[in-house]
Amino acid sequence: MKWFISHDTIRSDFKKTIERDCGEKISHCYQCGKCSAGCPISYQMDYLPNQIMRMVQLGMEEQVLSSRTIWLCASCLTCTARCPREIDLAEIMDYLRRYGYKKQIIPAEETEIPLFNKIFLRNIELFGRLYEMGLIGMFNLLSGEFFKDTSLAPKMFLKQKIGIFPPRIKNLKEIREIFKKSGRLGRAKRDRLLHPRLIFLNLSRKLIGKIERFK
Amino acid sequence: MKYAYFPGCSLHSTAKEYDLSARAVAEALSIELIEIPDWVCCGATPAHITMHLLSLALPVKNLILARKMDSYEVVTCCAACFSRLKIANKFMKEDLAHREKVERIVGEKYSGEVNIRHFLDVLVNVFGLKNISQRVTKKIAGLKAACYYGCLLTRPPEVAELDDLEEPHLIDDLMKIIGVEPLEWPYKTECCGASFSLTKTDIVLKLSGDILQMASDEGAQAIVVACPLCQSNLDLRQAMINKKYKKNFNMPIFYFTQLVGLALGIEPKKLGLEKHIVNPLPLLREKEILVKV
Repeated sequence: MKWFISHDTIRSDFKKTIERDCGEKISHCYQCGKCSAGCPISYQMDYLPNQIMRMVQLGMEEQVLSSRTIWLCASCLTCTARCPREIDLAEIMDYLRRYGYKKQIIPAEETEIPLFNKIFLRNIELFGRLYEMGLIGMFNLLSGEFFKDTSLAPKMFLKQKIGIFPPRIKNLKEIREIFKKSGRLGRAKRDRLLHPRLIFLNLSRKLIGKIERFK
Repeated sequence: MKYAYFPGCSLHSTAKEYDLSARAVAEALSIELIEIPDWVCCGATPAHITMHLLSLALPVKNLILARKMDSYEVVTCCAACFSRLKIANKFMKEDLAHREKVERIVGEKYSGEVNIRHFLDVLVNVFGLKNISQRVTKKIAGLKAACYYGCLLTRPPEVAELDDLEEPHLIDDLMKIIGVEPLEWPYKTECCGASFSLTKTDIVLKLSGDILQMASDEGAQAIVVACPLCQSNLDLRQAMINKKYKKNFNMPIFYFTQLVGLALGIEPKKLGLEKHIVNPLPLLREKEILVKV
């Protein structure tokens, strides 16, 4: 793929901001490609991890934030452990996700993961511990795959691997306080703008996929 | 030995048998595990993807709860919880700017004085392999197992400080002591796709399928794991992997605590063996580890 990179792009603050905020020296990357060689999910990515590093070096903020790669990172830390320049790539991927999320730039093909994260955190805020039934139900409902994994449910119930009722703890107030003080992004209530948009993008994509398959 | 025990969300639901077997093994070895009262979720992957401070504050909250029990050693069985707790603790110990912010969120002072251990570490390095071998009543002979460590038990090495990075051996050592034959195989630290189990099931099926394929190619009869997410991806999704890739895997996925429990002569009922989706009982009966009914 060919890009025209302007002088302004190269001179932008993007790389500097990341280096300052997560303390990783991205400019040290010399493109050996070891991160991409070990990455278990590279086969699904649109840009390889080392390409993302290069794009960050060149200040290509828009392309980096709209890439699927940053959302597909499974945080398995293989790249971090193997990088000869000691760059914590997984942390940079995390940072880019948080940054994109804050700026509300999320690639239209990868809306499930931020949606799932949102529901997961909301779940923890409500119950203190993970309430699996609520998480799975809510995720299936909002992502438009209503019957995903339903065939597994009876087995899980019979083996008592999944509870019907949410867990209860006593210090919920303190947990909610932690969420409140940690910032706006974790709370579903506070950003009504992003949440419905994620749901809409997800549902419309699933619908289009279904129609295409039907044809 | 007395430890504050942090089970984590998985061990209270999808990985109940891990919780049961870990407690049973601890009891048999007279290691006291006291559950941290009102512990909360560590935030797992969704927290550190969404908000950095929250992903530190939630584990720190748990560590403060443990400190209140006058316990300076926390034991956890889940590899993901282990990693999150350790990372948060490292930040609190070394990064003053972050410590201040997190202390403000949690509302209490904390500077990383609690030590976090994985249950595997407690068994192998604290209790000691020699002591375990003295307690073994029934060796598990003739079982070839692939020990699978996954991502977060060894990575990142400067945080986990548990085992060799690319060639871990703690579970292998433990298995040798109880008579199981651990295999040399290359996928010990591959990723199973853990956090994508619900969102990107296709990726999980591919990665977990590769792991199962490699294990069976090397002649493994079972896989031994130390992480609830690895177990659920390999066990729960095995039928889906078989369907998608037209395979015939029937590979039981054990927690290391279950096999240690069997070797210590603990009743199979207490180890939750019947809770697996891929039934391990036929294999255990065939190997005469369990009595044929």
